[in-house]
Amino acid sequence: MDVMERIDQQVKNNPVVIFMKGSPQMPQCGFSMRAAQALQATGVEFAYVNVLTDPEIFENLPRYADWPTFPQIYINHELIGGCDITLEMYQSGELTKMCQEATATA
Amino acid sequence: MDIQKIITTKLKQTFSPSFIEVIDESNNHNVPKGSQSHFRVTLVTDAFTGKPLIQRHRWVNTLLKTELAESIHALTLHTFTSDEWMHKGEKVKTSPPCQGGGK
Repeated sequence: MDVMERIDQQVKNNPVVIFMKGSPQMPQCGFSMRAAQALQATGVEFAYVNVLTDPEIFENLPRYADWPTFPQIYINHELIGGCDITLEMYQSGELTKMCQEATATA
Repeated sequence: MDIQKIITTKLKQTFSPSFIEVIDESNNHNVPKGSQSHFRVTLVTDAFTGKPLIQRHRWVNTLLKTELAESIHALTLHTFTSDEWMHKGEKVKTSPPCQGGGK
């Protein structure tokens, strides 16, 4: 399977997924850490992909959704943004709502 | 090459912001000295009115495409309209500390 299909599968098969550096338990980057914490705080189950252990995804994810940096958070098969947007949406309550809706319909 | 200056100039030209702050935070990260790799931008402009966050960020990312490809490793963006900025109390959160990942 080609790398774009592999990324696509992660996005399509998981209602909430974060592509991050490290894991939610052991993040390797402060921005990934904060975004993963916000997702954890929503209380919904989410998937993660550690881009540091998958060089192919690391190289190609930026062009998948034309977004240059990590982490990237996808809800309902759509990019919502990186760390800053995720945190702002968490603070406004929107993130929790979106995650709950996405996992409820999945 | 002064990346901080390039970011500031480009954003000023495009957005005519009522407030702009570009901070080089590279020293807080796991990168060689003088890297000019980690930046935090606060940008207040009414050009953002009615635009969702993802569009605002995409807009800035597109403007800084070359810099993002060549030198910027992390770009924290705080994007507001003047109204949002006023309600926010003109303060933003600080960036997270580095967790050592390198890449």
